[in-house]
Amino acid sequence: MSTNYEERDLGFEREYDRTMPRGHRRMQRRKICRFCIEKVDLIDWKDVKLLQSYIPERGKILPRRISGVCAAHQRMLAEAIKRARNIALLPYAAD
Amino acid sequence: MDKRTYELIFIVDPEAADDEVMRLSEGVQKIITGQGGSIVKTEMMGKRQLAYEINHKKDGTYVLLEVEGSGGEIAEVERRMRVNDQILRYMTVRVDEARRRAQKLKDRRARKAAKQPASGKAKQAAADLDTDTEESAG
Repeated sequence: MSTNYEERDLGFEREYDRTMPRGHRRMQRRKICRFCIEKVDLIDWKDVKLLQSYIPERGKILPRRISGVCAAHQRMLAEAIKRARNIALLPYAAD
Repeated sequence: MDKRTYELIFIVDPEAADDEVMRLSEGVQKIITGQGGSIVKTEMMGKRQLAYEINHKKDGTYVLLEVEGSGGEIAEVERRMRVNDQILRYMTVRVDEARRRAQKLKDRRARKAAKQPASGKAKQAAADLDTDTEESAG
């Protein structure tokens, strides 16, 4: 399997809510969209440093089920990453 | 015709000298102003490594322009860039619409914050008061 988004590879902080009632099969984790917290309205495609944190080694766009980014911001993020790729600021594929 | 704002970025051959890059950039600006557009911002982003090879080149000099105009001058500039061997790649992004959208979101948030600051502030004040009394008691 080529895509292996293991949690330790990605420096994403998560808050685990361990007070959830028992009987839930999986531990509930609360993921928060950092763009919403920072009130970002526009994701700049020139901000390579920011975008880089959303592309793992392989160069793919990090799915939001991993990063916890909200849908609206994920759309902006994906657009920005694709633009950055076009102008060779980010790779289409690494390795 | 309403004004549109574009970000125009292009990558120049890394072997091109600084003054050559300058000349290219000025040439582009001249085309734009000649067509009735205006330059808002010019930024030489300098030489940096490309994320992947373009024409067997590993790095390139980035130049960023912010242009205001009707869109016709963009077409002309792109036509010229396409035939220029020194320009490895170019990209134009229309930014005015996205910026307007962002501004709208920002305004909406500001309105929301203005509408109900009382409850938040009151709670905050009460919390402050609580800690104060606790401190004085201890």
